[in-house]
Parts: sequence; structure tokens; C-alpha cells
Amino acid sequence: MSPRTRLWVLACGVAGVAALLAVTVWRLPPFGGARHPYGERAVEAALASRVANAVASVNFDQRAFDTLGEQAILFGSVLGTVVVLRQTRDERRVEPEPAGVAGPVRRYALIALPVVLLTGVYVVAHGQLSPGGGFQGGVVAATGLHLLYVAVDYRALKRVRSVHLFTLADAAGEAGYLLLGTGGLLAGTAYLTDVLPLGTFGTLASGGTVPLLNAAIGVEVAAAVVVLLARFLDQAIEIVTSGEEGDRAPGTDGAPGTGGARPAGGTGRADGADGPHRTGRGGAG
Amino acid sequence: MSVLPYLVAGWLFLAGCVGMATSRNLIHAVGSLAVCQSSTYVLLLAVGYRRGGTAPVHSDIRPGSRPLVDPVVQALTLTDVVVGATVTALLLALVVQVAKRHGTVDPDELRELRG
Repeated sequence: MSPRTRLWVLACGVAGVAALLAVTVWRLPPFGGARHPYGERAVEAALASRVANAVASVNFDQRAFDTLGEQAILFGSVLGTVVVLRQTRDERRVEPEPAGVAGPVRRYALIALPVVLLTGVYVVAHGQLSPGGGFQGGVVAATGLHLLYVAVDYRALKRVRSVHLFTLADAAGEAGYLLLGTGGLLAGTAYLTDVLPLGTFGTLASGGTVPLLNAAIGVEVAAAVVVLLARFLDQAIEIVTSGEEGDRAPGTDGAPGTGGARPAGGTGRADGADGPHRTGRGGAG
Repeated sequence: MSVLPYLVAGWLFLAGCVGMATSRNLIHAVGSLAVCQSSTYVLLLAVGYRRGGTAPVHSDIRPGSRPLVDPVVQALTLTDVVVGATVTALLLALVVQVAKRHGTVDPDELRELRG
């Protein structure tokens, strides 16, 4: 199909869908209306199970089985990324070089690092009480860990971040969610039913299994983001193609193992105010 | 105008579709897919909005004292965002490998299969 025909087909499709959407939206409930039957029942059910954050109650109690499917997608995507971005036979690893960081960046990132990690844990732990939960807090905590890369360099991040351990944590989070669901079966009701004591409304232990499922998701999401970023950072910084197509690292062709000869990416910050050039930043394009 | 948010969602969806179909760069195509996906967030949140409503969280409001927006669609949006992010990561990983194996990220140049 020539590009011109393809554009015409696209135009027809877009016009058709646009016309259908334009007709349909007038039959939807009006925006901002007062009638939300599902929302009202969900809030009632959340209050009945003593969960202050109705969104957490929907995710981890009323629609917990749906969340099981969602997190399986998450797990599957991470697994797929790990497989796709593995080191292949014609590639080799180079050691990342130590890098200098501007003083203010290092200071602020190192100050922010524990604060961000703590915020992540807080957001996970208070998922059933205040806005937040395992999904959000997990991402915050995982991002916080990577402030170490911003503040120091990739080698420092690698020292504290064992990808193997985080892969295990990812699987443990997934398994934790599955196993917590079986509590319902053991109690004689349906899978993922909230069977634990509900506790006092508005306290950290309220909501039965909701905080536990939240924690399992938090562990899984945090570990998943760390593993994902580790794979991408490996590709950008460490893994280079050996042999003749050395376009990722021109000048290092041949002689595997001469890792020190890696050029410093395309960042071009040559002011030399802060020691050696940072390696691999935005590089290897 | 009571249908404007729905029209915005439809417009975002179509803009993403056009972006994907006319893309000359796979990274741009993945970005367009993310635009498509964000239209679902707009649609879901628009469906759940209630005039004068506040967040469906009772950490600082008494239950029943104020109208609340719909928590169900918010929960759907939340999981959608996380799953969308990881699926985008998987697609970008595929793009990385395509760029390495074929030396191009233009979908028009990726016509033949290669082992």
C-alpha cells in the first residue's frame, strides 16, 4: 500500500470514529452529574469495611481479583523487558567509570534520597487511610533509590542495588498477593475475600487484608520499577556491541575487555570543573 | 458544555491513533500509544466527576458530610496508569532491540523478517 493510499484509509477511519464518538457523547450521563450509583455503593462498602480511602477499598477489596489481573500484567511486562533487554552473545559489558557530579546536585540529591524513600514507604503504609497506596508508593520509593545515580554515579547505585535481590522481591510481592487471597479460601469463602479483623476506622491496622495487599503491591511495584530501570541503564551504560558494528562505542572495537576506553557519551559537558566526565549520561544513542 | 470532557477524550484518542499510523519513528509511535492511553484516563475521570464533589478519601472529612466523586473510575485509572507505564517500558525495550538488530527505528524500513 502506498503512503498516499494509507493516509486516505486512515482519514476515513478517523473521520468515521470521530463521527461515532461525536454522536455517542450526547447519550452519556452529563458531565459532573449527581447520579453515581456505583460510586455511592463503593463508598458505602468502603466505610462498611472500615477503609478510609475508598479508592484503596475498590482496588484491594471490592475489585481485588481485578487488581490481581492488573498486577499480573505488570509482572509479565517486567519479565518480558528483562528477557528482551538481556545481554546477547555478540555483546559485552564494560565497567562504568567513576564520574564527578556538581556539588549542589550531589548535596541535594543525597538529602532528598532518604526523604523520598521514607515518603514512598509512608505512602504505601497509609494506602488505606490517605491518598496513595502500593502502586504510587512503590514508584516513589523506586525512584528515590535512583537519586543515588544522580548524586554519585552508576557504580554506587550498582553496589546497593542487587538486581537479583529485587527480582526476587518482585516475585515475592506477586506471590504475596496470590497467597493472601487464599486466606479467603481457608476461611471458607471466596478467593481474596477480606476475612481479617477490620480494626478501628482510620487507624493503620484498619481494613483487614487491604493494608497487607497494599504492601504486597508496594513491594512488587517498587521492585518492578528498579528491575526495569536497571535493564535500561545496563543497555545505556554497560552493554556494548562487540565486533565490527561498534556504533554504540566507537573507538573500542576489537580487544574485548578494554573497558576503560569507553567514550563519554554525547553530553559534551567539558567545563572540567568537577573532575572526570560523567559516564553514559544520555549517551550511546 | 456538558460533553466537552468526553470530546477531549475522543480527540486525544484520535490524535494518538493518527500519530501511531503516520509515525516514522518507533519511539514516536510508542509515545503516540501513550497519548491514546491517556484518553482513557480523561474519559474515566470525566465519567466519575460530580460537581462540588471532593476526593473519596475520609482521612480528613466526616463520612457523608460532602458529596464525593466516583472512586471506582479512579481505581481503574490508577491501575491503568501503572500498567500503561510498564507496557510502555516493554515496548521501548523492543524498540531498543529493533534499533540494535536492524539499525533503524523507521517502521517503513522494517519490511523484511530477519533472523
